[in-house]
Amino acid sequence: MFVRERVVQVPYVPDAGHTSLIAFCHEHESIEATRLTTEEEGVAQLCGAWLGGQRGALLLQSSGVGNCINMLAMVNECRFPMLMLVTMRGDWGEGNPWQVPMGRATAAVLKEMGVLVEKVDEPDRVVETVDASIALAFSSNRAVAVLIGQRIIGTKRWD
Amino acid sequence: MTRRRKVSLERLDVVGTLLAQHTDMLLVCGLGNPCWDVRSVTDRDDFFYMWGGMGGATMMGFGLARAQPNRHVMVLTGDGEMLMGMGSLATVAVTKPRNLAIVVLDNEHYGETGMQTTHTHHNTELAAISEGAGLKSSRTVYNRKELEAVVPRLFAGPTSTFTCIKVTTSSGRKTLPPRHGSFVKDRFRRSVLGDANL
Repeated sequence: MFVRERVVQVPYVPDAGHTSLIAFCHEHESIEATRLTTEEEGVAQLCGAWLGGQRGALLLQSSGVGNCINMLAMVNECRFPMLMLVTMRGDWGEGNPWQVPMGRATAAVLKEMGVLVEKVDEPDRVVETVDASIALAFSSNRAVAVLIGQRIIGTKRWD
Repeated sequence: MTRRRKVSLERLDVVGTLLAQHTDMLLVCGLGNPCWDVRSVTDRDDFFYMWGGMGGATMMGFGLARAQPNRHVMVLTGDGEMLMGMGSLATVAVTKPRNLAIVVLDNEHYGETGMQTTHTHHNTELAAISEGAGLKSSRTVYNRKELEAVVPRLFAGPTSTFTCIKVTTSSGRKTLPPRHGSFVKDRFRRSVLGDANL
C-alpha cells in the first residue's frame, strides 16, 4: 500500500508490532526508512518532506505519541498532512503498568491536538483503515492517526 | 574542551553573508531570532519560517533535503532550538545527505525569553556533539575570516555539514516574517512544486 500510494519517507521508533513493516520499508527501493531518536523528529521530518513534495508515514508506539505533542502544533497550524501508524500499549491486557497511563491517554491527546483518530481492533479492518487514512491525510490535508489495538498485535507476557 | 575565544560576529551580518552567497537554496528557519534576522535581510517564497515546533528545524530540513535531493537545503537556527533537538544530529548522521547544511547562530542565550544563558554558555560545544553524532564536517566559527572561509563550502562536501557560528548577544532588527503557518507552507510549496501541487 505504501508503494502504491507513493509513501516514501517512513521515519520510525521501533515497536514489536511494526517489526515486519519496518523490515519491508528498509528493503524496498522506493521507500526511505529513517530510525529516529525520538518520535517528534519524525513529525518534523514529514513536514519537511511535504514541503518538498513527498509523502510519508510515521511508525510509532503509543507511548511515543506523548513525545510528539508540541510538534503536532506545527502540523495543526500549517495544515500539514500527517499519517501516523500507532501500535498500542497500555491497552487490551497490558502487563506493564508503566505503559498504561500513556496508552489510556493516547487517543485523547491526539484529538486535542487536532489529529483525526481511527482505532482498529479487528485484524481484517487494518488495511481498509490505513487506505482510507492515506486519502484523508494527503487529499484532505489532515493529520490522521491509526491506532492498532493490542487485540490485534497481542500482549507481551511478563510472567 | 570548551574554548573561550573572543566573539565579534554580529548575527545580522552573518545572516546577510549566508543569504548573499547562497541565493538558490531552500531555507528552514528555526524559531526566534533567526527568523527575525532572515526577514530583516530579505524574504523569499522558498523560505519556511517556524514560529513554533521548537527542536524540529533540523529534522524538517532533513525531510526536505531527502524530498528535494537536487536542491541545497539550509537549516538556520539558534543554540536554544538546536539544544532541544540534539538527537536529530544522530538521526541525520545515518544518511547525512550532501545537500543539507545545518547552521546554528550561537549567542549562548535564549533571546526570546529574557536572555537566560543556554548550555553553550557553560560547558556544551555543539560542533563537538555534532561530530560525535557522526557528522564529521562539523566546525565552530568565531570570526569574520573563518566565516568567509566556511560559507562558500557549506554544500561543497560529500556529506551534510554542521556549522556553529558564535555571535554576539546584540539582536538584529526585529522584522517579523509572515506568521500564518498554512500560508507559509502553501507559498513554499507553490514556489518549489508549482501551482498544481497546491
